[in-house]
Amino acid sequence: MTDLTASRIQSADAVPARSRFPIHIAVFLAPALAIYTLFSIYPLIDTIRLSLYAGDETGARSFVGLENFRTLLSDPNWSGQFWNAFRNNLIFFLIHMVVQNGIGLGLAMLLSLPRLTGGSVYRTLIFLPTMLSVVIIGFIWQLILNPLWGIAPSLLKAVGLGSFFGPWLGQESTALLTVSLISVWQFVGIPMMLIYAALLNIPDDLLDAATVDGAGPFSVFWFVRLPLILPTLGVVSILTFVANFNAFDLIYAIKGALAGPNFSTDILGTFFYRTFFGFQLQVGSPTMGAAVATAMLIIILVGVLIYLFGVQRRLQRHTF
Amino acid sequence: MGPTIRPGRIAVHVALILYTILALGPILLILVNAFKTRRAIFADPLGLPNGQTFTTIGFDRVFANADFGLYFFNSLTVTLVSLVLIVLIGAMAAWALTEYKFTGNTLIALYLAVGIMVPIRLGSVSILRMMVELNLVNTLTALILVYVAQGLPLAILILGEFIQQIPKDLRDAARCDGVSEYRIFASIILPLISPAIATVAVFTMVPVWNDLWFPLILAPGDGKQTITLGVQQFIGQYVTDWNAVLASLTLAIAPVLVLYLLFSRYLVRGLTAGAVK
Repeated sequence: MTDLTASRIQSADAVPARSRFPIHIAVFLAPALAIYTLFSIYPLIDTIRLSLYAGDETGARSFVGLENFRTLLSDPNWSGQFWNAFRNNLIFFLIHMVVQNGIGLGLAMLLSLPRLTGGSVYRTLIFLPTMLSVVIIGFIWQLILNPLWGIAPSLLKAVGLGSFFGPWLGQESTALLTVSLISVWQFVGIPMMLIYAALLNIPDDLLDAATVDGAGPFSVFWFVRLPLILPTLGVVSILTFVANFNAFDLIYAIKGALAGPNFSTDILGTFFYRTFFGFQLQVGSPTMGAAVATAMLIIILVGVLIYLFGVQRRLQRHTF
Repeated sequence: MGPTIRPGRIAVHVALILYTILALGPILLILVNAFKTRRAIFADPLGLPNGQTFTTIGFDRVFANADFGLYFFNSLTVTLVSLVLIVLIGAMAAWALTEYKFTGNTLIALYLAVGIMVPIRLGSVSILRMMVELNLVNTLTALILVYVAQGLPLAILILGEFIQQIPKDLRDAARCDGVSEYRIFASIILPLISPAIATVAVFTMVPVWNDLWFPLILAPGDGKQTITLGVQQFIGQYVTDWNAVLASLTLAIAPVLVLYLLFSRYLVRGLTAGAVK
């Protein structure tokens, strides 16, 4: 982020700074800043403000400080659900980190092999599910895994795993894993593409030099290519983190707002939606919804800050 | 990497083909079965439709019970208007931030960068309140405003990097001739950034087209549903009607599939180009 702004300033030194703020710069910036501030930054700040209030049936709001957060984290009616959603979200994220980014890395390694025929065809086709709506993907897999249709068990039987099949989306013990893997299946294309692009950027002479020095394919991967793509793996990780802790569509499409069975697929996004809009007997609460959103915001900011100041700096120093 | 060994190469292709089948199989399965009778869907899910099993009854039911044409039009309007606004407004801001040196430049760039990492979704409580006050609930305008705010930060970053690569001679020559800064932007810079639109489009159009959250919260009714929400609502009502469910999924998949296969070259290039930075 900092080197980017630095290069911007360098490139702009053709025009000298003036004491009076030039009107045309304001004209160029105004629309973007206005829309962005009004519909992105202001709502985020206003949400944080709202999380410090409580509303009653009449719609009147009163300032309650951090009371909503105390309720969220310690009231037995709320904390169980919150921590359950947080834990599920963490599992959801870890599955993506290991499976999605692992497969993405593997596919990128294969696709970046020199003189691979049909590489662009594979890339285009494997990336295809990523382009479709999460909702559509959710329904597709719901049909395929539906024991009524029976296509999943018969396919498993064909490869000798018939007894392995169960109503995975309906069982408390397997629903979260199944939903996570559906999401992994859809988004594997993103780490694949990003890592592929990074691998292409490694100069050939570096790899050749390592080979001449007697490094085998495994050593070349472990000691040359992997360290060089670490910054990209960092970017992939933080993108995965933000996307996962903000996820909602897939669970809502497959499992509805109640994220069943028995909240076993409930993540922070669906918990936020239920709190905000209400469900069944519980009335929705904008202020508690704002508190959940603020909690999610804090979780995401902590992740982003750890990445920016912990991971990214160290990685860049490492690659120099 | 030395000379490649043939058997290794075959194993690589086997692995890639298997994964490609895994990626495409489920989608093809839906497309194929959408054109089969209910009996054939269950008796022979993997078979292609033939003279006996071919039917379009699912599509007939979808068209009779849901206004998919309207939903499609809504999605198209929201996505295209958002994209045009993001590119135009984003290019203006990117131009100002890359071309001119002024106090607060870095600060504004950082302020805009916040939106790349922080999801605007988390402000939904306030966004809904605001849209209620502005009387914009159940309008496409509400969606467009939110999507433009959501797409701008990344678009400004991408367009800024692109504008930097445009040679300086053109604008300097224009300045010597006394052309105004507005004219320089409109008639020199804007036409030159068209290649960057593909990259911006990948990052903005696809999430907008596919989004469920904001249509669900801001425009869930009044015939303002987008195709994603329309399919979600339709399938919720017709869960047990397999023909109709498969047909509605096919209608949602087909346009994206066609556009993707037509433009995948640009999309994939845009994605990898963006990734290098």
